Amino acid sequence: MAEEVKSPAPPPPPEGEKKPAAEKPAAAAALVAPAKPAAPAKPAGPVPLPWTSPLVEKYRSQYGSGLDPQTYLGQNYLSVDRSLIPDLLRLLRDEEQFNYCVDITAVHYPKREKQFDVVWILYSFPRNERVRVKTQIADGASLPSSVSIWPTANWLEREVYDMFGIQFDGHPDLKRILLPDGWTGYPLRKDYGILQQDKEWVQINLGIESGQ
Amino acid sequence: MSDRTNDVSNRSLSNLDLETPEKPYLDSNELVINMGPQHPATHGVLRVILKLDGEKVLGTECVIGYLHRGVEKIAENRTYTMFNPYVDRMDYVAAVSNGLGYCEAVEKLMNVEAPPRAKYIRVILTELNRIASHQLWLGTHALDIGAMTPLFYTFRDREEILKIFEKYCGARLTTHAFRIGGCQYETYAGFEKDIKNFLAFFPPKIDEYETLLTTNRIWLERTKNVGVISGADCIALGVTGPVLRASGVKWDLRKAQPYAAYSEFDFEIPTGENGDTFDRYMVRMIEMRQSLRIIEQAVNGLPEGPIMGKVPKVIKPPVGEIYHSIEAPKGELGYFIVSDGSTQPYRLRVRPPSFVNLQALDVMVRGLLVADVVAVIGTLDIVLGEVDR
Repeated sequence: MAEEVKSPAPPPPPEGEKKPAAEKPAAAAALVAPAKPAAPAKPAGPVPLPWTSPLVEKYRSQYGSGLDPQTYLGQNYLSVDRSLIPDLLRLLRDEEQFNYCVDITAVHYPKREKQFDVVWILYSFPRNERVRVKTQIADGASLPSSVSIWPTANWLEREVYDMFGIQFDGHPDLKRILLPDGWTGYPLRKDYGILQQDKEWVQINLGIESGQ
Repeated sequence: MSDRTNDVSNRSLSNLDLETPEKPYLDSNELVINMGPQHPATHGVLRVILKLDGEKVLGTECVIGYLHRGVEKIAENRTYTMFNPYVDRMDYVAAVSNGLGYCEAVEKLMNVEAPPRAKYIRVILTELNRIASHQLWLGTHALDIGAMTPLFYTFRDREEILKIFEKYCGARLTTHAFRIGGCQYETYAGFEKDIKNFLAFFPPKIDEYETLLTTNRIWLERTKNVGVISGADCIALGVTGPVLRASGVKWDLRKAQPYAAYSEFDFEIPTGENGDTFDRYMVRMIEMRQSLRIIEQAVNGLPEGPIMGKVPKVIKPPVGEIYHSIEAPKGELGYFIVSDGSTQPYRLRVRPPSFVNLQALDVMVRGLLVADVVAVIGTLDIVLGEVDR
């Protein structure tokens, strides 16, 4: 019995590894091809693997160690040093045709020294390929706005500011978007409780003791 | 229509100005007025601040967040399974699509796949929901523009889809139809017959809508060359879905990066040329017909087999992160999930199509009349539950 259970178990990982190939058709074949031989080496379970591709090689030689390219479950991402962000995002659009900024968001790790991961999810229409760019910044530090690169970043950056309190330098109109202007606190930080609210704002503006 | 009342107030205000020549704003006719949030043509609680010159729109600013419920915060405090019904409450018009995106994202994170039968059922229900969503869009959009009949027609026919949902899972709107790993419910007896009846019932109804609108002079006047946006602008602004396709960009995630069982079906992606309100109308009308095509292929090829994949009772994805997106009726709906290996998502981000598409409103309405703002809000097909989350 135990063997029978075991034998169907291994197939899923290779199936999962196949995904990148199925996902990224011919246009991206060149990029996926180098990742393939590395994939079967880790049948135990999905772990982030180094991501190699012409794109990565190019920026690696340019920026050196500030760039950590990885691939996980067939999705590629670049962990980038904060200082490289403005240049790299622009180059990704201008040179690598990542012309569509799908989303900008952040993740809060309160125990880390650099508390925030900021994530740009990019897509290229010509290449039919996605890439994520991640960087770490400390609480209170700011990032350059990418509104001049992708106009769609306007509201996305406003939402990140609204929810995490991350400043974007050069944003044309950085203010809260979903919460009211006078609200204090940034709800998606881990230290903000799920029932927490700006009581003062609620009492003044809604005339009630609590919004809950 | 309400813009008429705005119009009256504008006129009376400017008359006042003419009688008091000392006022410094006499020279310009610029006027800032407020539309919404309690406005029937804003499809929910959207507030738009309009800067007008007479009746011409010089600029807009959207004020949103009235329906903000903190869905992403809730997700961090619920298990993966418990959060599943919440996603239905974002785009409540297309709850099935939301559920599909979420379940597939978690499945991808866990590196499991739904069995083929579940995938087919998912496709059938999602495409039915796409039709229901487009029907609701058509009815309300036409009503905003002044055509009342389509609303009654579309709501009458949407009922047939909701009945199928109700029979399948007990709910009509917030369906919670899928589970992580597959579907909870097997199809009910007579499911295939109901679907086939609908496939025969619905095409004449689309023709009926089209006789009401496609060649209607008033409809053409109100939609042709209104709210034009180019394909390049759409891409720059991140606009997806029928709005992008109506601007001539042939891009649909069902084809570009197929998910569920979409790679097995044969269908067309309709595109427009001018990127105006009429093209968006035509694209959505054709999409409804294409959805029927997909449903027909899926129901005829519905495989036998299990409906749940090998998923543990307790959903505990390994440490990692994933972004998965699907083609919702309104555009690219994405979920970015970060797992810390526990039963709750460490961070769950929803990439809502309505929110991003709404950003294009300003570009689309500049230079148009106030009445056209209503048409453009309608044609963007936003759901405020999803904009605000």
